[in-house]
Amino acid sequence: MPSLLSVRHPLASPTEQLRTLARTGAPAFDAVLESRGVAPLETRAIEVLQVNVGKLCNQTCGHCHVDAGPDRRESMTHETAEQVVELLTRHPIPTLDITGGAPELSPEFRFLVEAGRRLGRRVIDRCNLTVLLLPSQDGLVPFLAEHRVDIVASLPSFRASGTDTQRGEGVFAKSVAALRRLNDAGYGTGRGLVVDLVHNPVGAFLPGTQASLERDYRRELRDRHGVVFDRLLTIANMPISRFLEFLERTANTGRYMDLLLRTFNPAAAAGVMCRTHLSVGWDGALYDCDFNQMLELPVDPGGPATLRALLERGGLSRRVRTDRHCLGCTAGAGSSCGGALE
Amino acid sequence: MDTYYCPHDLSKFAEMGKNRPELWAKYMEYYSAVFADGALTEREKALIALGVAHSVQCPYCIDAYTNACLEKGADLDQMTEAVHVANAIRGGSSLVHGVQMRNIAEKVGM
Ligand code: SF4
Ligand code: SF4
Repeated sequence: MPSLLSVRHPLASPTEQLRTLARTGAPAFDAVLESRGVAPLETRAIEVLQVNVGKLCNQTCGHCHVDAGPDRRESMTHETAEQVVELLTRHPIPTLDITGGAPELSPEFRFLVEAGRRLGRRVIDRCNLTVLLLPSQDGLVPFLAEHRVDIVASLPSFRASGTDTQRGEGVFAKSVAALRRLNDAGYGTGRGLVVDLVHNPVGAFLPGTQASLERDYRRELRDRHGVVFDRLLTIANMPISRFLEFLERTANTGRYMDLLLRTFNPAAAAGVMCRTHLSVGWDGALYDCDFNQMLELPVDPGGPATLRALLERGGLSRRVRTDRHCLGCTAGAGSSCGGALE
Repeated sequence: MDTYYCPHDLSKFAEMGKNRPELWAKYMEYYSAVFADGALTEREKALIALGVAHSVQCPYCIDAYTNACLEKGADLDQMTEAVHVANAIRGGSSLVHGVQMRNIAEKVGM
């Protein structure tokens, strides 16, 4: 499957994505918050700096909210990466979360990891697993282990069919092989090197209970494939980009938005990740989260819009920009980059 | 109403809580406890429910537990196997009653 951009699909446009969601008749997110007695989303202290280093990826998964793929060329420059480090130097944000695309394919990946760890921060690599097997990435697993990088890796199903349907033929087998390499390097084995797996639904429905799914994953992956991991995180599919294209193609958009609305959870709304995250784009622009970044919804215009402006003027607290896609974070048990919210 | 079964009726299930809410509350409490993660995971219980739904041929339960199985991480291979298990037991239970037929026939036949 090619990226939406490469086939000039109308849904490659963020404006068209937001228009498509509006056409479902779903109410505006802020109106939902108000009707359920939840205050508008304001940020708290920033705990995670999530840096998207670019859209290049060795896969083109069917649910990708980034529309990433081998054809994408957007990539962070060294100058911007240095600004990320400068921000971390000046602000005690405890976690640097590096994402993409496949972030490891960025020339700035190792620089950011080394700098983040030197500053004593927790560094997360949002890894698609298969990237670890690429010949060009030789030495990556020892590098990650040496710098004690936490790995958060996608594996939508403990069965080949589900994973391959969503992420491409043969991806399950490769993911298991990569997980085995990580286990061999000490990851997931209780020695302080952490690999968490991410489950997200293979279709237009919400994820099941995180703890119960974790038990299934743990047993199936251990007994059938001999691999282990730390925690399972469940993340709902956001109705944007390639997952939205799937919803549209299968006439599921209205149903899915109804489901998100029907299962709106006020407790999850109060804990959405944008309240404690700051998201940085490959070009240094600032967003409330990676989803807003892909929808090109920049941070509230009152504050700094780029890393450079933030470094010059300061100002980390802000009102969060929301739209209908936000219902994906507040449905059921809630969803964030750290898994279910309750 | 022009048909006994209507997909929209599934979402009206809770209307059975009217009139005798205390019975509904007891049933729902039991129901939630049965399907909670326990010695079996939620996925395993949903697969059993899917098999039973086919055995009792309840379209509401088939709809509900097809969705539940998918949400809880089951795939079509597993769900198809669950339906085959229901089918095998259903067919087998007819067949095993053939022994009763044979017993009676043997008793009264010449
Ligand atoms: S979901 Fe992840 S691995 Fe898949 S195409 Fe997108 S960035 Fe790449
Ligand atoms: S999509 Fe982003 S802005 Fe919206 S609720 Fe989720 S994390 Fe917050």
